[in-house]
Amino acid sequence: MSLLRLEDLTVTYRTAEGAVPAVRGVSLELEAGTTLGVAGESGSGKSTLAATVLRLTPPTATVGGRVLLDGEDVLTMSFGRLRAVRWAAAAIVFQGALHSLNPLQRVGQQIAEPVLLHDADVTRRQADQRVRDLLGQVGLAGRLASAYPHQLSGGQKQRMMIAMALACRPRLLIADEPTTALDVMVQAQVLDLLTTLVRDLGLGLVLISHDLSVLGTTCERLAVMYAGRVVEEGPSADVLARARHPYTRALSAAFPTIGDAAARFAPRGLPGDPPWPGDLPPGCPFHPRCGEAVAACAGTDVRLRECGGAHRAACVHVGTRPVEVRA
Amino acid sequence: MRGPAEGPVLEARGLETTFRGRGGGTARAVDGVDLALGRSQIVALVGESGCGKTTLARTLLGLERPSRGQVLFDGRILDYASKPLKAYRRQVQLVLQDPTGSLNPRHSVYEAVAEGLRVHKVGGDEEALVARALSQAGLRPPERYFLRRPHELSGGQRQRVVIAGALVLQPEVLVADEPVSSLDASVRGEILALLLSLRQDLGLSVLVVTHDLGLAWNIADRIAVMYLGRIVETGPTEKVLRDPQHPYTQALLSVVPETRRLEQVVLRGEPPDPTRIPAGCRFHPRCPALASGVAAAARIADDCRSTPLAPLPATEEHAAACFLSGLGQGMLSPAVTDS
Repeated sequence: MSLLRLEDLTVTYRTAEGAVPAVRGVSLELEAGTTLGVAGESGSGKSTLAATVLRLTPPTATVGGRVLLDGEDVLTMSFGRLRAVRWAAAAIVFQGALHSLNPLQRVGQQIAEPVLLHDADVTRRQADQRVRDLLGQVGLAGRLASAYPHQLSGGQKQRMMIAMALACRPRLLIADEPTTALDVMVQAQVLDLLTTLVRDLGLGLVLISHDLSVLGTTCERLAVMYAGRVVEEGPSADVLARARHPYTRALSAAFPTIGDAAARFAPRGLPGDPPWPGDLPPGCPFHPRCGEAVAACAGTDVRLRECGGAHRAACVHVGTRPVEVRA
Repeated sequence: MRGPAEGPVLEARGLETTFRGRGGGTARAVDGVDLALGRSQIVALVGESGCGKTTLARTLLGLERPSRGQVLFDGRILDYASKPLKAYRRQVQLVLQDPTGSLNPRHSVYEAVAEGLRVHKVGGDEEALVARALSQAGLRPPERYFLRRPHELSGGQRQRVVIAGALVLQPEVLVADEPVSSLDASVRGEILALLLSLRQDLGLSVLVVTHDLGLAWNIADRIAVMYLGRIVETGPTEKVLRDPQHPYTQALLSVVPETRRLEQVVLRGEPPDPTRIPAGCRFHPRCPALASGVAAAARIADDCRSTPLAPLPATEEHAAACFLSGLGQGMLSPAVTDS
């Protein structure tokens, strides 16, 4: 049984301007001890996807499909059961986590809180010991437990957030843009830490980012989202080196390979902006920005197609064209 | 108005900017910087948060007074009296990071762009000037954007409005602080292409402040790497990024996710404290070359720990402030291979 299995997940927000479909039928699977990278830009639905796994979407959201955590559907479980599952089965490190620590409370107390809440038998002393163990796990000195958030650097705060997520020994960790606000050196430290945790604790990790190269170095499999759907997925090496969807290729090229002469004075991007989920273009929602669009793209809503191995892409060109291999 | 064709358009000479730190110490945020921005050049100032790059940019913009050294514009020392300073700020324009935060949500695009003209009491046809700036920033036809408010624009369009607000004053220099860090990946390339075309079409000089080495590779002619208040390596972008000489630059490059060919050198800890700058080479407590014994083998380890390093001069050449680079063996063990 998979640790996490999303079956045809849909999330629609009710807004003053009408229904906004943020997630439009996503199916994904993750085994324990493995890593999945979810790439996407603003409005792609990736953060909504993360929130839905623990039923954290706001009341204005209508959720369809199934979210199976160890085979159990999160969307239909009782609220009591859901409380137990949050933190203990799966935990999320949110985007903007650097600002979500309480500035008036020592960080050690904040990490101890879920430990104490989730296990009534744990004593204060045991909880403190657990906090020190957790800080050790994320590479921080135990004495930092008595620090206030403002005394910590960005990298230290991000490690604290990861320590807090690990507090109740979850088997699934979802990290939404965990390194976006961090410098490259600190980013490398945090990504190393996440990789180590997957290996040592056998965690399943869903890493969400707009930076395909970050995901490629950290995750075994990649799923690229656009306008609420997965438009390409497969083993990271395949998706990065033999991307079949033009959007994936554009996302790849957005962050150049340093030393690549072709990228000198030639920044690559896409015309236009990601579409507003409430007003998606007809057919393939990517077609207005796509350099390879043909007449059929405006009228055909292409779903994922097999392109060999575990690699799939949602593009009319898949199956009609030989695989291009990027050097 | 164009100044003399010779010499850099903007220059820092022996620049130091200090702040009084918490607990009475002095933070030497910029601690002896020589830097030159040539005409129609794009220079990337790169470094981690806390290295002093934003303070250096603010000092170059005349927003901070240096405690020592000078800022020169067109070869003339910047005068901090209010009139010449105001004239200077018209020539050297700041493009802010995060266009969402820097645009007033209640102002229309027209008002946002025209604001600079009003502040500087620029005469002439305001509407024509605003339209020209918007169109230079790639918002065409400009009239279509006049009455829009920031929330009606996408992230990329907002950044273009911010750039138009700088262009409307017809400056010679743009200082862009992380111009694409808050934008979507697919939009980033278009904004960088805009900066390149402004250099090409208007002859603008651009100082880009960023922590993003890929951005530097995309658009910068030259790069200056800053660490703890000093430039530690500078030179043409191809040379610095393909053949980095300073162990700090080498480490920074090795952790960029794209450079998978390199063996990662993840530095421990975070940039140290500008109120307590180490003796000798300021990078020595974190230097992998010193820790691995490379410096000791070259018999310079004592220098690294205690001999002060002179600031790098504002040279066009490739140079690194490292005792090892003087010996012609600035490389760490895994060599960087040309692709």
